[in-house]
Amino acid sequence: MTIAVEHYLLVGAVLFVAGVVCMAIKRNAIGVLMGVELVLNAANINFVAFARYNPLFVLEGQVMALFTIVLAAAEAAIALAIVLNFYNNHLTVDVDAAEDLKG
Amino acid sequence: MSAEALFFWLLAVTTMGCAIAVVVTQNIVRAAVWLLFTLGGVAGLFFLLGADFVGATQIMVYVGGTLVLIVFGVMLTAQSPFVTMRAGAGEWGLTLVVGGVLVGLLAGVLFLSPWTGPQSDSAAPQSRSVALGSDPARSQTVRDLGLVLLGIREVHPNGSIPVPIRDADNNPQSVPRREIGYLLPFELASVHLVVVLVAAAYLARARRRTGSPSS
Amino acid sequence: MPLGDVSSLALLWALIKALILITFVLVSAIFFVWLERKVAGRIQDRLGPTRVGGKFGWLQTVADGLKLLVKEDLIPAHADRMLFRMGPYVALVGAFLAYMALPFGNQAVALEMNVAVFYMLAVLSTEVYGVILGGYGSGSKWALFGAMREAAQVVSYEVPRSLCVVIPILAAGTLNLNEIARQQVGGFWNWYVFHDPFTFVAFWVFFTVGTASCKRAPFDLAEAESELVAGFHTEYSGFRWLIFYMAEYGSMFSVSGIAVLLFLGGWHTGLLPFDLSDRLGLVGNIVNILVFVVKGWVLVFVMMWVRWTLPRLRIDQVMMTCLKYLLPLSCALLLGASVWPLVVNTLRIGWMY
Repeated sequence: MTIAVEHYLLVGAVLFVAGVVCMAIKRNAIGVLMGVELVLNAANINFVAFARYNPLFVLEGQVMALFTIVLAAAEAAIALAIVLNFYNNHLTVDVDAAEDLKG
Repeated sequence: MSAEALFFWLLAVTTMGCAIAVVVTQNIVRAAVWLLFTLGGVAGLFFLLGADFVGATQIMVYVGGTLVLIVFGVMLTAQSPFVTMRAGAGEWGLTLVVGGVLVGLLAGVLFLSPWTGPQSDSAAPQSRSVALGSDPARSQTVRDLGLVLLGIREVHPNGSIPVPIRDADNNPQSVPRREIGYLLPFELASVHLVVVLVAAAYLARARRRTGSPSS
Repeated sequence: MPLGDVSSLALLWALIKALILITFVLVSAIFFVWLERKVAGRIQDRLGPTRVGGKFGWLQTVADGLKLLVKEDLIPAHADRMLFRMGPYVALVGAFLAYMALPFGNQAVALEMNVAVFYMLAVLSTEVYGVILGGYGSGSKWALFGAMREAAQVVSYEVPRSLCVVIPILAAGTLNLNEIARQQVGGFWNWYVFHDPFTFVAFWVFFTVGTASCKRAPFDLAEAESELVAGFHTEYSGFRWLIFYMAEYGSMFSVSGIAVLLFLGGWHTGLLPFDLSDRLGLVGNIVNILVFVVKGWVLVFVMMWVRWTLPRLRIDQVMMTCLKYLLPLSCALLLGASVWPLVVNTLRIGWMY
């Protein structure tokens, strides 16, 4: 069985859907952040798979994956700073408690 | 089954299984541990695809940096163990249905799409990446990535980058294309990281806790 | 050649290499435990183990190992059982994966990678999860405090460690550890530690930072017996504790191995103008491996010597040393090492004209 690009894209798709479901269903704010990380990793798998299976895309795919990793790390740092602030103000990280702007 | 397929399926099943475990588990620390294995599996897939530098970066930045940050966040915002944050069964049902439909749709689309286009140009540049099995000591990815992040790109001898398109007589075409380096995004990412670092340090500075627990 | 063509013989050979490496890690750990007790004894003006296995206590570690294997396997009542069990193995995997890219001699490496140094630093940085899982999984607040302190320390010290590793890489121009060591062939004045003043200082900084990232004294506050019982491995006994200790000694030797390859000439003796394996073939290879292992063990001995000599730093002193002293120093060294070839070449060209 030869592994073609579809198989890697399938892994990416499953990771993506797992990330989206995680973002939707978790009540813990940090759980939502984990979902975001899953989505970004799915995109990275897609980029690097295309880099491997398309000779024109070799460098672009890996460069995009590198930039995605770097920017995801930056975004995770800010997201955690926000979550910490939220925790300091509400003493919980339950996202259902974030209803100050409601109504 | 060839060795590549065996390793691919091992890594893929581990990654997908641990990603699903992140979603399913109720304990946030265990979710972080499953995410650790997911990210490790993704790094393994990167190595299998021949992207050794990206794989090592994934381990160093994601596993060794971002995930440690997440774990610290989990520990600093720890709740009493008697407070459970669970979504209701109705929400779970709806989410799983939507998730299942989405994954089915994505899988169907990607297996039905033609990923290999018309026959590639025989003069197309050989893949400079290294697939597993060829010598990882001779891989050029580090050198190529380093050069392209400095804006330097090696080109085809006649100055153009051939693309696999053919004209009406089935002759391969070459499209001259300006070489695109990635120096500007590299510098932008560096400045971005500095800004994010300062901002995160400012946002997360130590302050007195002011709030009362929400009901 | 896609991997589909790889024969089962190649897979078997890979498995044999892994077995050789794990045997080396185990034998090293046995040697290090004995060495630590002897060094501790001698520095404290006593003899250390002298009873088991002859006058110098050679079999002391074997006796210790047997004792640990027959100890009762306790899991605390409030522990998270799965994470408690997983902790030691995550630490050991993180420490052992680094050996895959560590060359012991010319071509004597499990897998020669073009990103060897980067890969080794990356997997050594995953050892922090063993600490976190051990501390959290123990279900005890003291273990958790120790674990989080130690995780913060290890993660903070990774930054100057990576910067100090980049400095000889600037001098070498490659991330391939085999290549870097091959460039240091010849007399010991070719070693990168003597290449320019910045790499010289970088070696000492790297060794300090490597000691800290291995959680060794004087940076071992999180394991301090007088403060937190034993930090993250308080609740571990018997075989699981042994795995944690193997991981610690394994990572100590990895970091020493990186220092030897990057700064101290790798497997070259430093006295001969050629590489022994080129002239003498297999015998030369074996001599190279022995030279490398002895150099690594000497650096580990220095780590142990420092542990039993210096008093322990407080956690705020540990973090301050990293963030206020070693990190700016590493940045300055990196700047200097980047500018050095430009200055030297300018002076050289100016001298010629």
